[in-house]
Amino acid sequence: MNRPPSMIRRIIGYVFAVVFIIAGWWITALLVNSPALPTPAATVGVLAQNAPTLVPYFWTSAYRVIVSLVIGTALAVPIAHIFARSRTLDALFAPVLYLLYPIPKVVLLPILLVLLGLADAPKIALISLTVFFQVLVAVRDSVKIVPESAVLSIRSLGGSRWDEYLHVVIPATMPAVFTSLRIGVGTAIAVLFIAEAMAGSTGLGYFIMQSWSMVNYPRMFAGIIALALLGVVLYAIFDVIERRLTRWRS
Amino acid sequence: MDERNINDILFEDVNLTYDGDDGSLVAVHDLSFEVAAGESVAFIGPSGCGKSTTLHMVAGLLKPSEGRVLVGGAPVDQPRRGTAFIPQDLGLFPWKTVLQNAALGLTIRRVSESEARTRAIEALEKVGLAGFERAYPKELSGGMRQRLALARALAMDADILLMDEPLSAIDALLRESLQDTLLDLWLERRHTQMLVTHSIGEAVYLGRRILVFSERPGTVIAVIDNPDVGMAGYRASAEFSAKCQEVRIALANGSPIEVLDGDAGDEGAEVVR
Ligand SMILES: Nc1ncnc2c1ncn2[C@@H]1O[C@H](COP(=O)(O)OP(=O)(O)O)[C@@H](O)[C@H]1O
Ligand SMILES: [Mg+2]
Repeated sequence: MNRPPSMIRRIIGYVFAVVFIIAGWWITALLVNSPALPTPAATVGVLAQNAPTLVPYFWTSAYRVIVSLVIGTALAVPIAHIFARSRTLDALFAPVLYLLYPIPKVVLLPILLVLLGLADAPKIALISLTVFFQVLVAVRDSVKIVPESAVLSIRSLGGSRWDEYLHVVIPATMPAVFTSLRIGVGTAIAVLFIAEAMAGSTGLGYFIMQSWSMVNYPRMFAGIIALALLGVVLYAIFDVIERRLTRWRS
Repeated sequence: MDERNINDILFEDVNLTYDGDDGSLVAVHDLSFEVAAGESVAFIGPSGCGKSTTLHMVAGLLKPSEGRVLVGGAPVDQPRRGTAFIPQDLGLFPWKTVLQNAALGLTIRRVSESEARTRAIEALEKVGLAGFERAYPKELSGGMRQRLALARALAMDADILLMDEPLSAIDALLRESLQDTLLDLWLERRHTQMLVTHSIGEAVYLGRRILVFSERPGTVIAVIDNPDVGMAGYRASAEFSAKCQEVRIALANGSPIEVLDGDAGDEGAEVVR
């Protein structure tokens, strides 16, 4: 209801956070005093200088991570609903899920490289797999807290299964999708970095490690900033969507 | 067409057995009663005796295991258009606004959006929620949420209203004013009404007849006629107190339950297992 004041407060909060981070970065850079960690002021120049070479690598990485987020989610959501719907399936697969979920999927990278080559496919497969498990677990849990009386309301109104989904199940579980995506972005970017650093000659992961081996630290740092930016932007997008979907909770 | 009204309710020797993982459970047994068209009947009985189950059968959410449940002379084999059901915890949708909640019955029934909106706004006005259209249920008080559930039923223009302990979560003072709202609506609209309650005072204030249930498996053990319902000042009258006493005795006879007296005379009297 009182949107303007809370909005202003949030903006002030973000400004503070940015100032704090930049100050911390600056102090650390001065203390470390290494070309591997330029000060924020030097970074602006470094970024501008490396932007033309950097941009294609950035888009490759962005493409991989976004496609993976979409694939992982698109597979996880329906499967989570099927599990939640059928007690037998859930009883059967819950232990499987329980055992597979904590395995860091990134260890499968060598296998995927053997099977899928060095281009986009193994990276997308790996990140999709990571995202898939995160979304699956979150959505499966959220289906269990769908309010029973709301389902009764829909049924007593003569609503169909589809109405149940449209009016109850989807609105009750969508926030969990975006929460798990928001939380999962960090892991997804980390997996992306490892996959690109290890294999192939595209993407920011490769760009960063190549700069490192060339001992071109400003270029390396520009790549790191770009990868961080990718993570922050995706996180912010999911955060905004999640807030919109859960406005009724506040 | 028929000599029956389209909105009377008839139970004929109904049994309902739940089949669960750990065996079956008979919820109601040998249940027979009638609610005439335009009548308001209150159902009272110990908790777990099958009152909600009974309402669910009228709403078309459950089918009797044996016997028949007829509405307007026809077996209920699916939810009926003119029946509005308010479930035990209201069945509101936390992610929908007040207006969307009130319009939901119409939305599901594919009434056009503009008509649904108009009728929902009218219904909200009727229950005193005008101006809250854009709020979410969480922003409402308990009493307002109750009114919202009622508005949804009104917007559907239901001729049968089923309510499962609608005021149980409401504090005593507010409860009386909501009871008045329910009574006024019924006196004005004369829909067929089934009200499940665990408050003796509420049953007597709102039920033209009061059906007392036994312990599970639930069946009707007493039918108490209550012709003074709707009389001005009924709640404060000697007749009202006498009627409450009658219900209390029927409950106590039917099953080994404890009856507690509330502080405000018969008003707060509740049945406890
Ligand atoms: N879906 C169900 N499956 C199995 N047992 C149920 C189910 N719903 C209710 N019961 C049982 O049936 C009995 C009657 O329940 P209910 O109709 O909710 O009683 P009341 O509304 O009078 O408290 C209770 O013992 C309850 O535990
Ligand atoms: Mg009940």
